[in-house]
Amino acid sequence: MSAAPPPSPAMPTYLGMPAFPDAARRAVADERLRANLRHATTTIRGRRAGAVAELDDWDALREAGKQIKDHVLANLGHYLRLLEENVTAAGGTVHWARDAGEANRIVADLVKATGETEVVKVKSMATQEIGLNEALAEEGVTAYETDLAELIVQLGDDRPSHILVPAIHRNRSDIRDIFLARMDGAPRDLTDEPAALAEAARRHLRAKFLSAKVGISGVNFAVADTGTLVVLESEGNGRMCLTLPETLISVMGVEKVVPSWRDLEVFLQLLPRSSTAERMNPYTSTWTGTHPGDGPRDFHLVLLDNGRTATLADEVGRQALRCIRCSACLNVCPVYQRAGGHAYGSPYPGPIGAILSPQIRGIGSDVDASLPYASTLCGACFDACPVAIDIPEVLVHLRARAVEDGPRHPLERASMTAAGWVLRSPALLRAAQRAASASRRVVGRGGRIGRLPGPLRAWTATRDAPVPPPESFRRWWRRTDGGRA
Amino acid sequence: MNAREEILGRIDGIFPARPAAEVAADHERIDRRYRRAHHGGGIVDLFAERVADYRATVLRAAPSEAPGLIAERLAARPGRYGVPAGLPAAWVPAAAAIVRDPSAGELDGLAGAVTGCAAAFAETGTIVLDHGPAQGPRALSLVPDFHLIVVLAGQIAPDVPGGLERLDPRRPLTFVSGPSATSDIELDRVEGVHGPRTLEVVIVA
Repeated sequence: MSAAPPPSPAMPTYLGMPAFPDAARRAVADERLRANLRHATTTIRGRRAGAVAELDDWDALREAGKQIKDHVLANLGHYLRLLEENVTAAGGTVHWARDAGEANRIVADLVKATGETEVVKVKSMATQEIGLNEALAEEGVTAYETDLAELIVQLGDDRPSHILVPAIHRNRSDIRDIFLARMDGAPRDLTDEPAALAEAARRHLRAKFLSAKVGISGVNFAVADTGTLVVLESEGNGRMCLTLPETLISVMGVEKVVPSWRDLEVFLQLLPRSSTAERMNPYTSTWTGTHPGDGPRDFHLVLLDNGRTATLADEVGRQALRCIRCSACLNVCPVYQRAGGHAYGSPYPGPIGAILSPQIRGIGSDVDASLPYASTLCGACFDACPVAIDIPEVLVHLRARAVEDGPRHPLERASMTAAGWVLRSPALLRAAQRAASASRRVVGRGGRIGRLPGPLRAWTATRDAPVPPPESFRRWWRRTDGGRA
Repeated sequence: MNAREEILGRIDGIFPARPAAEVAADHERIDRRYRRAHHGGGIVDLFAERVADYRATVLRAAPSEAPGLIAERLAARPGRYGVPAGLPAAWVPAAAAIVRDPSAGELDGLAGAVTGCAAAFAETGTIVLDHGPAQGPRALSLVPDFHLIVVLAGQIAPDVPGGLERLDPRRPLTFVSGPSATSDIELDRVEGVHGPRTLEVVIVA
């Protein structure tokens, strides 16, 4: 028998991860990273706008997507029981996992029961979230990522920085260098042409696909009333992993269930256009249990809670569970575009990560307490979200929770209390504004104020403030008699 | 308490379980004012145009011309082709080297595969295989580097909602929208990774 698993947190905070402001300050100084991100996010933003504009009923689809997801969340117990019943009836086996450690234990035991020491994986946010690859490695099982971007991240011994394109921080010449240094059998004359890089990945993984006995996937949608699982992808690596192995293990967050087959008519329009700006992604696979003579003989579905029921309990925060992982909010976010995905210290970066990570993990660390502040509240993420998650609303809500529950709450609460006190009193506001104007001459660098000494330190430690104008509006109004003088 | 009971217990504590009929009635009330289809007519032309946008090769043929056209396409790429045993005989060129229902071990050595399909969506240029007799198991149209799909005009639905209605979710399904591709390098679409890098579609009308 194996030893008891070591205690594991809900979702690993990347080891040694600094709070968002420190990580972001470093990332913003990296010119190459910023150039790669700017190029990729600008390209996809333009294409996505075109793909969305092509459908004149986009708002109606978005509203339906939101309502279906809200309906699922309000009846989650019903739909999970129904899904379990139908997956089981179709020949699959359903497992339930309270947290990351339990899910990893279930998957590791299933793999070991096959006698195999290698598995092929389709890109999956849920398995990133639970740190499955690392957990399998500890059990002597090697997991091969087969998605091109995940392969780049894995070969580069790197971390994902985007939900859809985990290697977005790498440009084509970075990728060529990683392949030449780390990929067995990479041609010595490999160029940085995307087609050549894709060809190299194809050759590298082909033998793995053809010999793999165990495949591991995530799930985009699970249809409760038929027990059907749905995976969207582009490269065909998903089809390989879902079809060729004898055993398939799929890990899904409990919120991924949808009521009926018909509901896919909404999400199969919303998701591809929002994520890759395509009318449809190249490949979508659906399967229901096992299919004699075609595909895996053994199918296991792991239903993962890992902080999702805690998120469900929060009336404001639960809308984050509507997320379909399209990553449109990352591509439009001015903070993400400058700071990059690594600064968020989580597999879920960007605006959605800033509301998902602290809720799933709980606000127990510096990084999670700082994530709700990783935003200018400009609202671009809300506009882009295909299921209308009001990310700014949740951010503000979580800021309040971070102040109440977070690790730095005495300092933060003191400064917020001070701010509230200043804002409520016109005389004090006047004094504060004069002090701020005075500070302009002293500490304004590059048009921004960095860290301030004294009582304003708590505020400026986590955010750069714009340099105040030389004269406040209130002073200008008094001096000019409302502009008449 | 086991994990299942504990998770369902937490959920029921937040949203208590309700009778299935009430849940179904709520589901019926979801606001679905989106379109059933974005185009009214010209569905076959729209489908051809949208598939071609993915850089697939799209060819059109009358039923009597289809066998000749398929033979011509395969002759352009010499090699052995896999076909499912249920593929209509007229679509199987007599002159080509054909392997009926190839075994799993034979697939990687094939030049390509020829299959039919279950349905298609014009708006998105999508073809769906349900892996019935004219399509073969999923691996047949996945492992070889070339896939020729014969689509009958009557199989084309205008859009996603009507297309999904034609499918049986109890069957394994593969939705194909163009050849294998990736957006993983600088978020730009590049055709050709692990699935068939060449997709040819013959529309029979």
